[in-house]
Amino acid sequence: MTTLSADEVQRYKRHLVLREVGAQGQQKLKAARVLVIGAGGLGSPVLLYLAAAGVGTLGVIDDDRVSIDNLQRQVLHSTPAAGQLKVESAAATIKGINPLIRVETFAERLTPDNALHIISGFDIVADGSDNFATRYLVADACYFAKKPLVYAALGALDGYVSVFKPHEIKADGTPFPTLRCLFPEAPPAGLVANCSEVGVLGPVAGVIGTLQATETVKEILQIGDSLAGRLMIYDALASRFDTIEVSWDPGNPLSGLKPVLRDLSSHKQTSGPACAAE
Amino acid sequence: MSGRPQRETIEIVVNGRPLQAPPGTLQALVDSQSLSAVKVATAVNGHFVAASRRATTLLQPGDRVEIVSPRQGG
Repeated sequence: MTTLSADEVQRYKRHLVLREVGAQGQQKLKAARVLVIGAGGLGSPVLLYLAAAGVGTLGVIDDDRVSIDNLQRQVLHSTPAAGQLKVESAAATIKGINPLIRVETFAERLTPDNALHIISGFDIVADGSDNFATRYLVADACYFAKKPLVYAALGALDGYVSVFKPHEIKADGTPFPTLRCLFPEAPPAGLVANCSEVGVLGPVAGVIGTLQATETVKEILQIGDSLAGRLMIYDALASRFDTIEVSWDPGNPLSGLKPVLRDLSSHKQTSGPACAAE
Repeated sequence: MSGRPQRETIEIVVNGRPLQAPPGTLQALVDSQSLSAVKVATAVNGHFVAASRRATTLLQPGDRVEIVSPRQGG
């Protein structure tokens, strides 16, 4: 494992004194490669905190450009960055926060053709995408590539966080669940509103994205109780957190007993994303 | 005051909010709460209840029910 430089020892002092991190944990963070899907409302806090925490390599994939109406919640980007590719704006902000880490940018959409190749190059994936088509593609591709997925999704005033690692077996002998154990198929396009249609309260993206960053760090360090097998729910209006157990569904189409999804080809039939303007 | 007998209800908690509901199954509750055709996930007292088991899951007074709608925002 890599050692820490004098600069790193100085920068990560508050991690190094922490029993749950320490020098060994900081070296794990430095060696880690995390892919963040989407540099938007969720991707912003995820990238900011993972960069600051010293995750050695951050991958960012997004084909979109910064627009002024993103800035109400996408705190990674600044007003002068309007019009820039989000991955370029993200890389510039990250370098300003922590020049000791590497950023790999992908200015493209995740597709059934590139998903496995891109995801295979990383250890952990954090999904902050903004449409069901990409979310199911990410979840399925992470299963086939055997990569843990730190999942988060936003409603207008609420959000969910979980960890999916359906390629791993729980202590009771059953596999951990995947997204398809919770919701077997994506809802038909247009049935569930997205942020650009109904809006989202800005700080809610911060709450959920920061939880997602925390769970990503926990997975890298292998500390505490993973959210694998549980879904955390945050309800901003009620100021309420709840966590429900989610178990493997033997009937799910991906990792069930009789899987019908054996590769990503079913995603090629799906037409464009429900939300392209985000 | 109507002369009709009042229907008996039980108090449960749905998505963190108290609700007086007629006694019955989780499926009946989901049907009564659904405003659209979106498929939801459900949990009772923190434990996931698969769609196939909703019709046989009887709600008890005090049960904490989560009706979880899919979210896609990022």
